[in-house]
Amino acid sequence: MERVLTTHFADDRYRHVDAYVETGGYSALRKALGMPKEEIVAEVRKANLRGRGGAGFPAGVKWGFLPKDLSRPRVLVVNADEGEPGTFKDRLIMSRGPHLLVEGIAISSFAMTIHVCYIYIRGEFVREAKILEEAIGEAHAKGFLGKNILGSGFDLDVYVHRGAGAYICGEETSLINSLEGKRGWPRNKPPFPAAIGAFGLPTIVNNVETISDVPWIVANGGERFAAMGVEKNGGTRLIGVSGAVNRPGVYELPAGVNLRDIIYEHAGGIKDGKELKAVIPGGSSTPVLRPGEIDVAYDIESMARIGSASGSGGVIVIPEGACMVRALMVLMNFYSHESCGQCTPCREGTGWLAKIVRRIEEGKGLEGDVELILDVCDNMMGRTICPLSEAAVMPAQSFVWKFREEFDRHIKDQKCPYGNKF
Amino acid sequence: MSVAFSESARREFDALFSRYPDREAVILPALYIAQREFGYVSGEAVEYLAGLIGVSAARIEGVATFYTMYNRKPVGKYHVQICRNISCSLLGAEHLIEHVSRKLGVKPGQTTPDGKFTLSTAECLGSCGTAPVMQVNDDYHENLTQEKIDALLDRLP
Ligand SMILES: Cc1cc2nc3c(=O)[nH]c(=O)nc-3n(C[C@H](O)[C@H](O)[C@H](O)COP(=O)(O)O)c2cc1C
Ligand code: FES
Repeated sequence: MERVLTTHFADDRYRHVDAYVETGGYSALRKALGMPKEEIVAEVRKANLRGRGGAGFPAGVKWGFLPKDLSRPRVLVVNADEGEPGTFKDRLIMSRGPHLLVEGIAISSFAMTIHVCYIYIRGEFVREAKILEEAIGEAHAKGFLGKNILGSGFDLDVYVHRGAGAYICGEETSLINSLEGKRGWPRNKPPFPAAIGAFGLPTIVNNVETISDVPWIVANGGERFAAMGVEKNGGTRLIGVSGAVNRPGVYELPAGVNLRDIIYEHAGGIKDGKELKAVIPGGSSTPVLRPGEIDVAYDIESMARIGSASGSGGVIVIPEGACMVRALMVLMNFYSHESCGQCTPCREGTGWLAKIVRRIEEGKGLEGDVELILDVCDNMMGRTICPLSEAAVMPAQSFVWKFREEFDRHIKDQKCPYGNKF
Repeated sequence: MSVAFSESARREFDALFSRYPDREAVILPALYIAQREFGYVSGEAVEYLAGLIGVSAARIEGVATFYTMYNRKPVGKYHVQICRNISCSLLGAEHLIEHVSRKLGVKPGQTTPDGKFTLSTAECLGSCGTAPVMQVNDDYHENLTQEKIDALLDRLP
């Protein structure tokens, strides 16, 4: 199978510019600099490149939202916050192929007439931030960044900006506030970042993987990228499989690969020969699936049709014998810890969900608690500035709907049948 | 008491200002520099940064308290942070947290009396494919087992 990103990731030298150039690296940048800008954007649009950060918005379409007038400088922000539990793919790109990202930034910035880019990376990724800084330095030295790139007259500076431990800062408007030196509180939309973003300037925010796909698209054409995937979902995806599988890890597979195959073929099936109990298919904020639901293509539309999402590409596998109430408790602790506190329904709702699920797990659940969970969820939907509230509701509702009997049994027996552990 | 940043830190501040169109954007990176220099973000460091950047101390304080990676009080020489999120929990993180807690004689959030270790739990560290995972200062340690943790912690000077 043809791959877009990971072909050379096994080679340790690939993270340095010389090895990257040996494999054809930065030739797409050279090509792009000789193309009309609109044509580059058109290729990205033809590629059906959907945002890899979770929401799946078509990248080429988003780029088109920038205001036409060039009087105000524009900003590119790369979202390297990688905070969604179950997601660990951008780290792989940054540590094994940082020049893919740097070249993608250079091409995308040229296409959008952008002269400054910030890579907002989660604070814990100290090592990856250093690798990126090094790659940026190497690219500067070779004339791929900085002033008058490859003699084209185009200038671009790229900076790494570290976050400091807040899941909410992965949300793009919160990220922008954080980049500006503020608390990571999401902003109301509109205005959208493309109109008023970082430092009041028109801003495009894209995920690491999204931008890293751009060199291949320019080198090989949007149509070929589109053809690797399925309708409306071009290219490959980096899919991270974690939890109870024999071969956890990141797999680069065509968009639209079957979810069962991801788990059983690529990740080697369930650990210790166990049966599958549940799958959280696209990062912790996506609705859980039962084993009978995983014969599905892992593209955005097919997953939406079964009421879930491929999200940020993080497949979390839960084996038989694992307590679903405890799993939900872990997730609700997370969301309540990470709610920024700005909107009441989210701040209070995530706190309540964590509290109710914890008491059920601890054998102190009250009759009516399951209905209470669903009721709290109803009050959290569609009433907040950003989707973190809904991100908590998706697992809460789906766990209750699909594994109701486990919740009921905890409450009836006043204890966890699995002994309060995994 | 006023704080004294090193010469190299002051050069870093200057470089930072040139990166952004707005001075306030240096607050997050500047707080990291303060933490690196003094081990934590003290009230005095906040005052200094406020003067440097030209904002109120309350403005910096508001940022420093929002983000979990800024330590507002001294932490141990080694800050051990064990991920407790879903993929790590499914592979035994809860058990590892208990084990380290017993081994060091402290609960999450506490520091050993000799100041060597601070134990914390962390949310997903973005390394779920090599769960269970912990971070000790800047470094990740992956595919953890009880034995691996013991060997690592026992080896630290
Ligand atoms: C609570 C929350 C957390 C998010 N975390 C991330 C993240 O860590 N990385 C990311 O790329 N996108 C994240 N997103 C999505 C971003 O808001 C945004 O859609 C994305 O960066 C756009 O880039 P893309 O179109 O290339 O996917 C998050 C969204 C929400 C609501
Ligand atoms: S759940 Fe522990 S690193 Fe993601």
